[in-house]
Amino acid sequence: MGSKKNKQRTNAIIVNGALFLLVLLWTIPTFGLFVSSFRDRIDIQTTGWWTIFPHREWATTAEIDPREAGLDPDGVMTIEGVQGTFKEMRDGIEGDGVRVIWIGNKRIGRIEVQKYTWTVNWNFTLDNYQQVLGGKEFTYERPDGTIETVPGDNFWGSLWNSLAVSIPATIIPILIAAFAGYAFAWMSFPGRKWFFIMVIALLVVPLQIALVPILSDYTKLGLNGEFLGLWLAHTGFGLPLATYLLYNYIRDLPREILESAFIDGASHFTIFTRLILPLSVPALASFAIFQFLWVWNDYLVALIILGGNRDTMVVTMRLANMVGSRGNDWHILTAGAFVTMIVPLVVFLSLQRFFVRGLMAGSVKG
Amino acid sequence: METRLKIEPTSVGVDPDASKTSAVGVAIRFLIGIGLIAVMGLFLVAGFLFLRDSTLPNAIIAIVAIVWGLGGAALLFWVFNWIVEQFSDEWTARLQPFVFVGPAIFLLAWYLAIPSVRTFIISLYDRDGVTFIGLQNYVTIFTDRQMIEAFRNNLMWIVFGTSLSVIFGLLIAVLADRSNAERTSKSFIFLPMAISFVGAGVIWKFVYAIRPEGIPQIGILNAIVVALGGTPQAWFVDTNIIPWNNIYLIVIMGWLQTGFAMVIFSAALKGIPTEIIEAARVDGASELRIFFQIMIPSIQGTIITVTTTILIFALKIFDIVWVMTGGQFGTEVIATAFYRQSFVARNAGLGSAIAVVLLITVVPVMIYNLRQFGKERAF
Repeated sequence: MGSKKNKQRTNAIIVNGALFLLVLLWTIPTFGLFVSSFRDRIDIQTTGWWTIFPHREWATTAEIDPREAGLDPDGVMTIEGVQGTFKEMRDGIEGDGVRVIWIGNKRIGRIEVQKYTWTVNWNFTLDNYQQVLGGKEFTYERPDGTIETVPGDNFWGSLWNSLAVSIPATIIPILIAAFAGYAFAWMSFPGRKWFFIMVIALLVVPLQIALVPILSDYTKLGLNGEFLGLWLAHTGFGLPLATYLLYNYIRDLPREILESAFIDGASHFTIFTRLILPLSVPALASFAIFQFLWVWNDYLVALIILGGNRDTMVVTMRLANMVGSRGNDWHILTAGAFVTMIVPLVVFLSLQRFFVRGLMAGSVKG
Repeated sequence: METRLKIEPTSVGVDPDASKTSAVGVAIRFLIGIGLIAVMGLFLVAGFLFLRDSTLPNAIIAIVAIVWGLGGAALLFWVFNWIVEQFSDEWTARLQPFVFVGPAIFLLAWYLAIPSVRTFIISLYDRDGVTFIGLQNYVTIFTDRQMIEAFRNNLMWIVFGTSLSVIFGLLIAVLADRSNAERTSKSFIFLPMAISFVGAGVIWKFVYAIRPEGIPQIGILNAIVVALGGTPQAWFVDTNIIPWNNIYLIVIMGWLQTGFAMVIFSAALKGIPTEIIEAARVDGASELRIFFQIMIPSIQGTIITVTTTILIFALKIFDIVWVMTGGQFGTEVIATAFYRQSFVARNAGLGSAIAVVLLITVVPVMIYNLRQFGKERAF
């Protein structure tokens, strides 16, 4: 009996340990980005983000002016029990727990005495976010005191654009799909079956098939670069799944409710708006989250329809542009990436339950 | 019952059908209908022009856009429904379904069904869209060196990306099921699903970041490699290891999609009756045997569905590659080749042919879906 208990305990440790390792593995990339977005831009370039954790490194404890100390740079110098020539000191000489290093040139340089100590790199700042969010110029003070001016990246404006795209592009397809789902479930009309077969067939059609013809239509209609064009495109691409899911849900609502409403003389429109929509909230919510995340995170469709117009750029486009043009400016890339993630993360974490339900209901999207 | 129905109209004092038939009633309703359409049209056009030409701050434009877009969609349904309800009951019943289902069918046809045909027709023409060249674009697709490379890479995405997501998804679902931190650990694994591919691209570019040898590494992978005594690697842009550098991009997809697979598998595992597993344990079956001989067979259907979904996803992968490498360094895939041909090289014919190939590859899934639909219910 005792051995069985031991075995159970070992199993539990193995299971939890393995799970913990996997969770760690999955979280480290995002965590590194998050931490880095708050680090000073010079620090990001010179040290790893993990140096925010306690670690040992050489830290300067004293600075010595060799001329004041009466040292001769051309000969052998002795400082803190360490001996060496200028050349050796420039590379750094390690002694008993200390390192002596010559900074700068021979004539006007200085000597730093460093100790190997425990330290944390907690030089956090909000500058990166200020630069990324702002639309105006942003100034830095360089270590030498000069001022550097760089243009802001205006993610703040793009956040609004993303909202202007995502909210209608989420609710419009839901409204249209709910009406259609109701019609498929409760109304009879010629072609009902064939139209529904079309919905099923279009579930997995890749949206790439539509981009070239749609773009040429948009050029004729003047919808290029307009939010309306993007809403309609996302609506069209999201409709098969939305209609399918909402039809399944509305079909399963109890028939008696509708029949009694009909007897009371309610019209289809009244039944739909007063009865079906409120009853379908769980299904509407799960699809809404799904579609919202999809539209917010979309890059391809926005890129093609909104084009290069800087005023209407959504956050994913702005971030992708930044990767292309300033791929090594990690201080703004990390902050920019995190700005694009905030809204979907909040939506996701607060409404996770609905999202999972939406996924379960079937998620083969084109 | 009968009497109540007869009495009701007279007690209100109006015969409901009278206004629908009398000439004055019809004329008034007609005018109101015209008026409604005019007001709605004005609202839609004014909003569109305002959004197109406005130079106000983004925040104000966003709010106007949201109000206009949502209001416009609701207004369209309401106005057309109102008009249809003015007809005789028989015609209302005949027309109303099309008010309900019409917008969906119109948009589905415009955005997906008809474009499939149109794209196929475009694919039969040269890049100028005038010269008919038959299937020449398809010949190019299957002979061009870069396209073949794209197919090879996409195959790698499909095979490795899908198996990574499915295997880790299953593993984590099983582990989480027995852990006492199930909810928390699942949330962490699931979290990347909320992140855009562009964002994920930045996250992983930072993981893979490389600095010259001798100075501190800022990418965690190279920091580990250097700490273990190796030299810093270029990972996904390392052209010496083509095509295996694609694996470093595919890992990103695994990272994103494992959460999806895990959630679905987790729900399916909970559906397995505990008695069966308990009985197997009492009989002395090992955990591994329970996993392979009870769990896997019981959730087989779910595994197939999840695998198909992720497979289609891998087939269309675009953003990750486009942001990380732009399709260079031997990482081109079908969707990036499509984008390059259609919108960069302006060769709509070849681009469309690539899109058609993409469509053809999902046709088996489409047929399967339709069969399931035919089997499930008499519609």
